[in-house]
Amino acid sequence: MTVGTLDAPIRTDRRVRLAALIQRQGALIALVLTVVLGQAIYGDKGFLGEFNVTNLLRFNSMIALLALGMTFVIITGGIDLSVGSVAVLASVVAANMSGHGVWIATAAAVLVGAAVGTFNGGVIAGFGIQPFIVTLATLLAGRGLALWLADNSVAQLAPEAFTNGFIELNNSRLVEWSVDRGDQTYGLVVTLPVAIVIVAYLIGSILLNFTRFGRSVLAIGGNEEATRLAGVPIARTTIAVYVISGALAGLAGAILAAQTFSGNPNEAIGWELSAIAAVVVGGTLLTGGLGSVGTTLVGVLLLGVIINLLGLANLTPYWQQVIRGLFLLVVVVLQSRLVGFGRRRALAP
Amino acid sequence: MAGGEPVRPGRTATNPAPRFAWTRHRALDLMQTYAGAIALVLLILYNVIFNASAFLTVNAIRVNLTQVAEIVIVAVGMTLVIATGGIDLSVGSMMAIAGVVAATILLSDVAPWNVPYLGGALAYVVPILVVAVFGAANAFLIANMRIQPIIATLILFISGRGIAQVIVGGRLQSFREPEWQVIGQGRVLGIPVQAIIMIVIVAVAAWVLARTAFGRYVLAVGGNEEASRLAGVPVTRVKYAVYIISAMLAGLAGLISIAINSAADPANIGRNMELSAIAAVAVGGTSLLGGRATIVGTLIGSLIIQLTTYTLLTEGLTDAWVRVVTAAAILAAVLIQRRSTR
Repeated sequence: MTVGTLDAPIRTDRRVRLAALIQRQGALIALVLTVVLGQAIYGDKGFLGEFNVTNLLRFNSMIALLALGMTFVIITGGIDLSVGSVAVLASVVAANMSGHGVWIATAAAVLVGAAVGTFNGGVIAGFGIQPFIVTLATLLAGRGLALWLADNSVAQLAPEAFTNGFIELNNSRLVEWSVDRGDQTYGLVVTLPVAIVIVAYLIGSILLNFTRFGRSVLAIGGNEEATRLAGVPIARTTIAVYVISGALAGLAGAILAAQTFSGNPNEAIGWELSAIAAVVVGGTLLTGGLGSVGTTLVGVLLLGVIINLLGLANLTPYWQQVIRGLFLLVVVVLQSRLVGFGRRRALAP
Repeated sequence: MAGGEPVRPGRTATNPAPRFAWTRHRALDLMQTYAGAIALVLLILYNVIFNASAFLTVNAIRVNLTQVAEIVIVAVGMTLVIATGGIDLSVGSMMAIAGVVAATILLSDVAPWNVPYLGGALAYVVPILVVAVFGAANAFLIANMRIQPIIATLILFISGRGIAQVIVGGRLQSFREPEWQVIGQGRVLGIPVQAIIMIVIVAVAAWVLARTAFGRYVLAVGGNEEASRLAGVPVTRVKYAVYIISAMLAGLAGLISIAINSAADPANIGRNMELSAIAAVAVGGTSLLGGRATIVGTLIGSLIIQLTTYTLLTEGLTDAWVRVVTAAAILAAVLIQRRSTR
């Protein structure tokens, strides 16, 4: 969970380092506290039981894929509002292609996502239009295309999908682990979507931290003009991050199709916001130039666990929305305070 | 900006009232200036020529006016916010909150809410004051806490609808108050009341933006925040004002929405309104970077989006295509605008 930054403070002291540590690892601390607290209160409802944990991870695997792409986009100082629509579009494509086997359907879903990402990145880099507005347009158009491809209804998977791998894409249990402790069974099942997420985050972390591409991504978000003067290929890097974001959203769409056994144009509403929230909660700065892949995964888990606990608390979905918003509020305010503190201290004479 | 000041559709702090004059450099600029108006005329012509029997009826005009009024009212507030370089994603949630608060007051049977006329008046005033407080909360995060507007308003975008649903337990609130519902169902001289409200708001906002100190401040903050602060512009107060105005206008649109439907459905009042409003502002020619804005352009942009939707639907195309065409219109508008700002 290394944090890449080009914005090195001029001088640091212990309090600045502490503020920076909380800003970067606050989500992890909060996650541990939330899990401990959750187990203390809702342990008897099976909070850490095999069933709950497995479902929690399986559902959040899709958000995690979107959030990974979003991390790269946000580090360049951009934003990708289209990921939810792209995931839905890809799920419809996967459903329509499901007769040809899970591999071809998944590849088609990823390609569609990458195509939308290429469009996003191309227009943003080629014409210099704000990422916000371009991806807002593809948010609208993506869902429109999904509706069109699904004939204004829900695209069902082909009958062959029962035998050609779609069940496995959602359900294969790669690792199973459980302990019996008297009246409780604690457990963890790594299903295929979860394994995909782990591999994707490993690759993403290596890309960001150990490659020239990763340094370019961080540099663009830090100072685009200086980066241009330093000879970093800005257009290519910008297009690449949106392609990555689109392709990952496409992959999430294929998993969504396998999970719901359909391509429903009305699914995945607001997923782009969950992904952005996870990235922010993870400590990546929305202004770009500073961010980390690992903490985004922690952000996804933290938000997922909180939603899960709200469900166990029998709160209505309405309260869940309110509390999600409040939580984002707390995180954003804390982050702005901590970063401000770090900057002020670092630059003090 | 060689070759003289290009003609622009928008007002800027330094160019509050552009005058139109012809030189040979300006043919293209003029086309950009009037791209929105031209598109609107083409859309109307298309409907007049190919669709006259349905389009040129009092009923069709009334339907289009009724449908566009909410978008215009919200988009005017959005224009002011965007002019300061911000964005307000929470307008749809504000509509929902105002709508359920009003419905709750109308359905209440305790004083003072049940007093004839007073209760109705409170059902107009209280909801708009409630969302004004939420607008101030947005402004606090943006102006005082220095959080980016897209994230600050995302918070209420997510939780605002939840707040509306919590207020009424998620249930649809049906009511019947014909006098109160005049803002959604009434007509004056055959014109829907909400269309009249819309025109008044557009006129006032256009005047404020072009002719008042506050209008200059709004554009100055969007043009260069740091410079305007140094020049003595009350930046924080200007930001509070635009986010509160945006929230209050969204609240008004929420009241119109429930008046039309005789019901407040917290899950659906103003859903996707933020997208429609931002699209109308962008298509209308307001710079999304701030500093240059046009209220009349926003009116034209809203009408373009409304007429595009109407035309596609009457041509038998589905909602799916409406979304794709709207997306294309936003991108086209921003591309045209980009040429003229270079």
